[in-house]
Amino acid sequence: MSTGSLRWFKYASPASFFPLAGKLVPWFAVPAALLAAAGLYLGLVVAPTDAQQGDAYRIIFIHVPAAWMSMFIYVVMAFWSAIALSFNARLSGMMAQALAPTGALFTFIALWTGSLWGRPAWGTYWAWDARMTSELILLFLYFGYLALRGAIADARRADRAGAVLVLVGVVNIPIIYFSVKWWNTLHQGATVSLTAAPKMAAIMLSAMLIMTFATWFYAIAITLVRVRAIILEREGKSGWAGELAGAVQ
Amino acid sequence: MSLTDFFAMGGYGFYVWGAYLVTAALIVIEIAAVRARLRNARRMADAGADE
Repeated sequence: MSTGSLRWFKYASPASFFPLAGKLVPWFAVPAALLAAAGLYLGLVVAPTDAQQGDAYRIIFIHVPAAWMSMFIYVVMAFWSAIALSFNARLSGMMAQALAPTGALFTFIALWTGSLWGRPAWGTYWAWDARMTSELILLFLYFGYLALRGAIADARRADRAGAVLVLVGVVNIPIIYFSVKWWNTLHQGATVSLTAAPKMAAIMLSAMLIMTFATWFYAIAITLVRVRAIILEREGKSGWAGELAGAVQ
Repeated sequence: MSLTDFFAMGGYGFYVWGAYLVTAALIVIEIAAVRARLRNARRMADAGADE
């Protein structure tokens, strides 16, 4: 085995990852703030009023990135859960634990902003169509994961039980994603996809993509801070954590 | 475009600002909560190491 992969594995231990995560935070938090400022300026000031939807369409600059993140964070949680189950790795369980609240937050934001967009666009705040219902189920999966963890005192057991829940629930992700194709939904189909030309003006598309990158960087930064707190909470009794907490910023 | 026009959002101000302000508030709350959690965890770990 090469020394390179050994060095990589070193960071799989919470004690080594704690200071690394601390150093990484500003590299994600600062770009997140700058991208959000640029995206908000483009989306709220520069982008023109939509011919059909008026200014209500500007909600999509947060709705679409939040909805993407709500699904993406769940997939990343499923990845860490699979690692945690297969290798019984402590840090992987902690990563899944750290991602869940932010995933739940983005899911709520996607539902909230979608509702406020749906009222002027479709005449209703809510409909039980496949897209919205499956996204609501995603919110319950996040809540269920957090509640399950909360109910189990032993963190390693909570990792395993949570991982099973997340991996079973991952079936909901393709259902959300393809719901607008599989069912005749009130929710419209994809406006942006990798396979077809985007059905929106370049300036609107740029604002939406910049906001998407802002949410990515934000999610990484906030998760890194939360995982540091979790590392201390779970390993604080062991000597290294107390030393780190005092010595490393 | 005047500032009044900007806030009116062509009559959709309630929906647009309802979406943006709630999102902003939730993000601010999350940042504050996570920072408080890390501060608290540091204090607890510090206390644990001194025992």
